[in-house]
Amino acid sequence: MERNGNTNGARHGHEVLEHDILIIGAGGAGLRAAIAATQRGLSVGVVTKSLLGKAHTVMAEGGVAAALGNVDSEDGWQTHFMDTLKAGKFLNNWRMAELFAKEAPDRVYELEQWGALFNRTPEGKISQRPFGAHTYTRLCHVGDRTGLEMIRTLQERTLATEAKVYMETSVTKLFQNDEGRVVGALAYTREAGKFIHFKAKAVIVATGGWGRIYKVTSNSWEGTGDGVVLAYNAGAELVDMEMVQFHPTGMVWPPGVRGLLVTEGVRGEGGFLRNSDGERFMENYDAERMELSSRDVVARANYTEVTEGRGSEHGGVFLDITHLGYNGIMKKLPTMYEQFLKLADIDISKEPMEVFPTIHYTMGGIKVDPETCATNVPGLYAAGEVGGGLHGANRLGGNSLSDLLVFGRRAGEGAAEYVKGNGYSAEIESSVVEDEKKRVVHPLERQDGDENPFHLQQELQEAMMEHANLMRNEDSLKEGLGKILAIKDRLPNVKVHGSTLFNPGWHASQDIHNLVQVSEIIVRAALERTERRGAQWRLDYDGPDDELGKINFIVKRDQQGEAGIEKREIPPMPDHLSRLFDDGDDKHGGEQGGKESQF
Amino acid sequence: MEEQEAQQKDMASKAHADVHADEEDAAREGESYKLRIFRGDAEGGREVEYEIPAVEGMVVLDAILYIQAHQAGDLAVRWNCKAAHCGSCSAEINGKPKLLCKARVEEYGGQDIRVHPMRAFPVIKDLVSDVSWNYEVARSTIPFTTDEQAPFEMYEEDVERLYEPKKCIECFMCQDVCHVLRTHQKHEEFAGPRFFVRNQWLEMHPKDTERRVEYLKEGRGGIGYCNITKCCTEVCPAGIHITDNSIIPLKERVADEYYDPAKWLMRKIRGRRSPKTGQIIGRNGNRNGG
Ligand SMILES: Cc1cc2nc3c(=O)[nH]c(=O)nc-3n(C[C@H](O)[C@H](O)[C@H](O)COP(=O)(O)OP(=O)(O)OC[C@H]3O[C@@H](n4cnc5c(N)ncnc54)[C@H](O)[C@@H]3O)c2cc1C
Ligand code: SF4
Ligand code: SF4
Ligand code: FES
Repeated sequence: MERNGNTNGARHGHEVLEHDILIIGAGGAGLRAAIAATQRGLSVGVVTKSLLGKAHTVMAEGGVAAALGNVDSEDGWQTHFMDTLKAGKFLNNWRMAELFAKEAPDRVYELEQWGALFNRTPEGKISQRPFGAHTYTRLCHVGDRTGLEMIRTLQERTLATEAKVYMETSVTKLFQNDEGRVVGALAYTREAGKFIHFKAKAVIVATGGWGRIYKVTSNSWEGTGDGVVLAYNAGAELVDMEMVQFHPTGMVWPPGVRGLLVTEGVRGEGGFLRNSDGERFMENYDAERMELSSRDVVARANYTEVTEGRGSEHGGVFLDITHLGYNGIMKKLPTMYEQFLKLADIDISKEPMEVFPTIHYTMGGIKVDPETCATNVPGLYAAGEVGGGLHGANRLGGNSLSDLLVFGRRAGEGAAEYVKGNGYSAEIESSVVEDEKKRVVHPLERQDGDENPFHLQQELQEAMMEHANLMRNEDSLKEGLGKILAIKDRLPNVKVHGSTLFNPGWHASQDIHNLVQVSEIIVRAALERTERRGAQWRLDYDGPDDELGKINFIVKRDQQGEAGIEKREIPPMPDHLSRLFDDGDDKHGGEQGGKESQF
Repeated sequence: MEEQEAQQKDMASKAHADVHADEEDAAREGESYKLRIFRGDAEGGREVEYEIPAVEGMVVLDAILYIQAHQAGDLAVRWNCKAAHCGSCSAEINGKPKLLCKARVEEYGGQDIRVHPMRAFPVIKDLVSDVSWNYEVARSTIPFTTDEQAPFEMYEEDVERLYEPKKCIECFMCQDVCHVLRTHQKHEEFAGPRFFVRNQWLEMHPKDTERRVEYLKEGRGGIGYCNITKCCTEVCPAGIHITDNSIIPLKERVADEYYDPAKWLMRKIRGRRSPKTGQIIGRNGNRNGG
């Protein structure tokens, strides 16, 4: 074992491994893509930074949204489509939303086919629960551990295929051939720090979001935005990057659990929000939908109550589910019960919870073709939270899990289709591989340098918290950008100690580059969108701006290596979709939706 | 202090401010905790003592991440959810397997806190052990198989008992504590309690058509090695009654059906009756018109 080894990077060897398709990420999106691609008979490699089954997908609680119409028979894809666009303030890619709403039911039934078990209705069908801003009762669930059921089903299915899974392996760079096609990646194993050069005919990025750029977050250490930055560095276009979702209800106390998610399922099951005056304040923000308004609205309401002095002892508002009683809670929300009892000494069947917005999800991401999930870079595909377009300015609860299934499958098939007709060489200059290895081991092997990556991450998180929170204004955003750029200037001085053997400090010295880059992009995009729309709430502007409502901001690395931002017009919706909104009422039968189903 | 106040002012709520801006409530003035943590790798190692400032409600994982950020950047530990949902952070505290994100420091009331990696698996480094063997067993498990097309007609009462084994978060602490693995190292012949839990739901799923008794008895399952000590049940953070609800019913099934395959066939057919209507649910017979 080498400790404090000062070999230079070039002396680290590497292994070369080949697959038709390399999938980066083993959350719901990556695994669903792997299943699709192996079904086409291709050789598939899946890499994940954690162990299999530990991605954010496992933490999802509330449910997966799909218009099965099992509880409300009036539901159909049309209403799901419209709800998704309304919540996204029409910045959404309407074609993605259409495919999504139509295919989600089949993807859920497919999980059932593979052994997933959801709660049942009295008629013996998959049960559904209401959720914020979904017109109908739409979230298929099993208690409050839906994500666990979903990821287990997908991982067990994946393990029954020929796909190879590389656990605890991190990708640091995508390789492109002379034509600019993506033909592989460099990765290192977290366990031993061994390098692997993956050669592939296509790469699917399914790395999830970047909630770790903020301090108060429901995301795990993995959410550092690696995939979005890998793609950006390879020339991919990013869309709606200013849109970051603050979930209305994160835990606030004790400090160690701050930001941990309190599932929207609590409100779905009838939980009330109250301020310190005991007032059910949602009346003042959305009297019609109350606690089940869209997430951006409820998050701002909670935030406003606290800023105006009606907060709880630890700076939150109260969320009360005591009326369900112990038995009801143990049936519907057992995980939440346990989480509060064990970590906060609160018995939620007797006392209200204290909650405050927590950073949860990133709507923006890599821009993809709706049908195939191809990016603008040949050979590069993206699916899941790292992708952008489906959710627009705000994501509906439960729409992420079905997004993973619908577009994970489409990415797997899209990449497979591309690979079939592809005879491009995966060869690249060996110096490219050597340079990348050198870059990766540099923080460990250098003698100088005095920046601690954990501390830089903390500073960045504080800056984002302060300047790119859920209420924004130009001065503060600019100040935030200044802080981010100052941190960026310090990155070349990062130094870590120890060996390449499972060394979190060294791993953090890689992640910090991605965290800083994606933060910079978000703040730059947030400066451009000078209006209030969904998750982007500019206090220095009065409301939505109709002109900005017609465009997406596209971010792309320019020739100088800087983040170039372009306004791109949203194409008009075709008649068959725009007509849905003219009808006024939302009563589109499940019948028509059912016809799309192959099950 | 002034700086902290300023920061708190800028944030809408102290729920978004720096924890230490909140010093009076959170950090306990002058108080500290001491932990002894195993530092080493496959070749050996030793306990190292760390002292960290006490914060109210702190879990052992918080303490370890504090040490990582401030004192030992290369201290290896696994974690993801920090909420006892993902099963990543399993390790041993004072010799007992625990989820580090669920173990409150205060619970140890000033006693020694000695943190080691799980011992039934090879150590990689510090608190991280090599659990990849579990994924090999997972691959060897006979997956869910059915000849029916979803959507299935299944009632709450058909599937209720399957929710329990499905709660498994794959922390592998039951594997860690089981003497068949920990002491007798039967990793080649014994799947371990986590996989009996998985086989239980597979076997009891009303739509599954596979036969697993051979696998459980003489394949990789090796269920005969289990002598029902219940140690696994005691440590399961998901509260699964591994012995009573998974292992014993599987052992009975193996005893019954291994020698009498007709019983297996009977059960598979019977299993497909809807309890509501008493009718056999056949292929595609469960379509309820979408
Ligand atoms: C606590 C919580 C609760 C939620 N509840 C719900 C809910 O009820 N309903 C809903 O619809 N959504 C919910 N969400 C959102 C949803 O779970 C996530 O958006 C979704 O799981 C993301 O899936 P994914 O496959 O895109 O990525 P993830 O599940 O985040 O997986 C990303 C994968 O990429 C890997 N990876 C990342 N970077 C690299 C790299 N550099 N090299 C190699 N691998 C890499 C990771 O290791 C991981 O395997 C919740 C999210 C959280 C955090
Ligand atoms: S009951 Fe069986 S499986 Fe569980 S710990 Fe004891 S011997 Fe192992
Ligand atoms: S059965 Fe329980 S102890 Fe065993 S792996 Fe699953 S959750 Fe952990
Ligand atoms: S970190 Fe997920 S169980 Fe502890």
